[in-house]
Amino acid sequence: MARAVTNQRKAINTLAAWAVGLLIFFPILWTILTSFKTEATAIADPPVFLAFDWTLENYEAVMERSNYARFLWNSIIIAGGSTILGIIIAVPAAWSMAFVPSKRTKDILLWMLSTKMLPAVGVLYPIYLIFINLGILDTRIGLVIVLMLINLPIIVWMLYTYFKEIPVDILEAGRMDGASLKSEIIYILTPMAVPGIASTLLLNFILAWNEAFWTLNLTAAKAAPLTAFIASYSSPEGLFYAKLSAASTMAIAPILILGWFSQKQLVSGLTFGAVK
Amino acid sequence: MATQHSRSAARFMMAPAVVLLLGWMLVPLLMTLYFSFKTYLPLRGGDLGWAGFDNYVRFVSSSAFWPSIQATLIIVGGALIITVGFGILLGILLNQPMWGQGVVRILVIAPFFVMPTVSALVWKNMFMDPTNGLLAHLWRFFGADPVVWLSDASLFSIILIVSWQWLPFATLILLTAIQSLDGEQLEASEMDGAPVLKRFWYIVLPHLSRAITIVILIETIFLLSIFAEILVTTGGAFGTRTLTYLIFQRVLESQNVGLGSAGGVYAIILANIVAIFLMRIVGKNLDA
Amino acid sequence: MGQINLTQVTKSFGDVNVIPPLDLNINEGEFTVFVGPSGCGKSTLLRLIAGLEDITSGKITIDGQDATNLPPSKRGLAMVFQSYALYPHMSVRKNIAFPMKMAGMDEAEQNRRIEAAAKALNLTDYLDRRPGQLSGGQRQRVAIGRAIVREPSAFLFDEPLSNLDAALRVGMRLEISEMHKRLETTMIYVTHDQVEAMTMADKIVVLQAGVIEQVGSPLELYRAPRNKFVAGFIGSPKMNLIEGQLASEHNVHTIGIRPEHIDVSTSDGAWKGTVGVAEHLGSDTFIHIHGIPGCDPLTVRAGGEVDVRHGDTVYLTPQAQHIHKFGVDGLRVD
Repeated sequence: MARAVTNQRKAINTLAAWAVGLLIFFPILWTILTSFKTEATAIADPPVFLAFDWTLENYEAVMERSNYARFLWNSIIIAGGSTILGIIIAVPAAWSMAFVPSKRTKDILLWMLSTKMLPAVGVLYPIYLIFINLGILDTRIGLVIVLMLINLPIIVWMLYTYFKEIPVDILEAGRMDGASLKSEIIYILTPMAVPGIASTLLLNFILAWNEAFWTLNLTAAKAAPLTAFIASYSSPEGLFYAKLSAASTMAIAPILILGWFSQKQLVSGLTFGAVK
Repeated sequence: MATQHSRSAARFMMAPAVVLLLGWMLVPLLMTLYFSFKTYLPLRGGDLGWAGFDNYVRFVSSSAFWPSIQATLIIVGGALIITVGFGILLGILLNQPMWGQGVVRILVIAPFFVMPTVSALVWKNMFMDPTNGLLAHLWRFFGADPVVWLSDASLFSIILIVSWQWLPFATLILLTAIQSLDGEQLEASEMDGAPVLKRFWYIVLPHLSRAITIVILIETIFLLSIFAEILVTTGGAFGTRTLTYLIFQRVLESQNVGLGSAGGVYAIILANIVAIFLMRIVGKNLDA
Repeated sequence: MGQINLTQVTKSFGDVNVIPPLDLNINEGEFTVFVGPSGCGKSTLLRLIAGLEDITSGKITIDGQDATNLPPSKRGLAMVFQSYALYPHMSVRKNIAFPMKMAGMDEAEQNRRIEAAAKALNLTDYLDRRPGQLSGGQRQRVAIGRAIVREPSAFLFDEPLSNLDAALRVGMRLEISEMHKRLETTMIYVTHDQVEAMTMADKIVVLQAGVIEQVGSPLELYRAPRNKFVAGFIGSPKMNLIEGQLASEHNVHTIGIRPEHIDVSTSDGAWKGTVGVAEHLGSDTFIHIHGIPGCDPLTVRAGGEVDVRHGDTVYLTPQAQHIHKFGVDGLRVD
């Protein structure tokens, strides 16, 4: 736009946008604030915004009494494990689709993406049965496998798009220079694809961390991650808003931070590149 | 580049991913199909023999079926309208010159990264609770009786929670699409004398149509299977039992696996119909 | 070292045949240039020799050994790519060292070769920079350096100068030629620029649609093109090909005469025509003439002092000993 934008117009835009933004963000903000209140303050009417005695008692309560650390650790292992496992399986697949495409490559890619459309509830019972028979119900490894499978299409897709951006002739130069396939992937491909692999890791870690169907149905006491832990607050005893807020804040804070870094990948990753 | 050498390597390297996904798709699917044709009640006797299409008939003729379809359509439809509608407006707003745009983006996108159980419980307790929730405080401030959201306006409450979660997704995508609109097109139409609303209707909206379609398709697929939000708020009561939740209850709560599996097959068919449209668009993009 | 033979080599991509059966011998130490218009298969041929593409049928031998099924790394060849294909995440030193690292060479020898190559290519000051920090010409040299240290039996160049600006191109051309004289290694060079071909080659292979039209030294191709295609491709500006009445005077279908072999006069000559565009370069004057039957426009190269304008009448006399004759089939008639 060659015309200068008036400061007045900019101010109006800013006001409107910030108002909407704060409105949307408000529930999160309120949760974070409430986590530092006493239970009594949390339900006070009129509601207290900032002027209260900040306390860490809720955080202590949640972490000590409900063995929060175990849920946190489960979330980390399940989200991290499924993503890393997914990447290990996806890198070779994405390599072959990006660098040795055949007539069927596109169809295979589309088919992989379509497996993500499968409604989980439709296969709930069979998976449940299989897990019981294999003895992996309520285990972290069981969940790592399931979450890896549901995110694999996205991981393959994202790595495929990043690999496609690597010029083929650099890989060919590597081959001429005597690099075996293994050397090619280790010394040339991976270093060049590091930013892409990092983005893929980030987005899928987030998706796995927030997954709330399989993590709720396939776990009980031992392997339950944070999603299930928070769900246990749905029928609580006594006053609990402040504790809920503390638990929630701890559960969502890392992801909010990671999420900020993965905005761009969110668009191309979740629309499978249909929107760029 | 492609030599025999690299082609066989490629096939080998694709194998794990393809085999795993094939297994993931086929095995449980075939099992669900199998169960759907049987009378199978694990708690009341186990495998009771073949049922033919009985389960399929019973599922759709059950008194809970049509209400579940209704609930599903209302929730999905409502969420789509709100997220796409506000998504477009927000996208346009965020595209305007302003100060602190980066921060506003973060504020708007944040809800998408909150896990569903947290969103649902925060809304249920801290906002919608008729005694202690913020909305109750607000209603009382204006002298009105607080709304008992989750029982009196249950569908709307669910729609509100889900829309809050998915608005960032729609906004981000539509914002990306708006930003890809060539500014010169709008300037040309301005020079041609078109007023703001007409410019929006004839130029911006058609350009966005593809992105809107994609948002609708992807959101539909995910919205059809929302689960945690219903589980922790209403538990399916007060008319919020969607098709997904109904199937869940049949399978895991009342443990009528045959019936639930038939329902599952219906859900799969429904999702696939939407998926076909989505894959066609993605496929066209892959050719580019 | 560096004797490469192709026997009945064909290449098809799916159902599309891009190279029909082809035979070619590249001799040790020769500087061979593959030249031809876009899509003629020259790059494909180079990649077949390199091993980056499979041959559909036929045989390639390198130094007497059957290399048809050998992967690129085992053929003992080095390639310089059009885009240089440097490893962006490695320093210049590491880029040049990479092939030696892949071969498991010991570090002392690696360093020795890197220093030698850097000195020869003026890269010593840049060894620790990344490709992104170098200019086009410098990147070009790094690519060459990476090839040199392998001490291959042949160098393959895939249009290496296309991405450089004109002035740099001329300089690099000389450097590559000098490098060839120094190393005496076989070099196969692909280009679409016939000036590069003519100035650098010991032997030129002219290709069209996958078919070898002619193989010969630059002067052979210039003086005795085998067919109309080669005649029109080699030499700049292009040879004038004249059909019709003027050709039948020589009892053939087409005659050819190069712009530099036509005498121009404003008073008399064999053919009469009108000046269309006259391009004055100072050193030469290129005159495009209308009105010559069977060839419109006809191009003539005259001395820089010749001063004709648009619309002038000129008389042209082709030098008889330089008239080329071609039959109906386009082949040379002697």
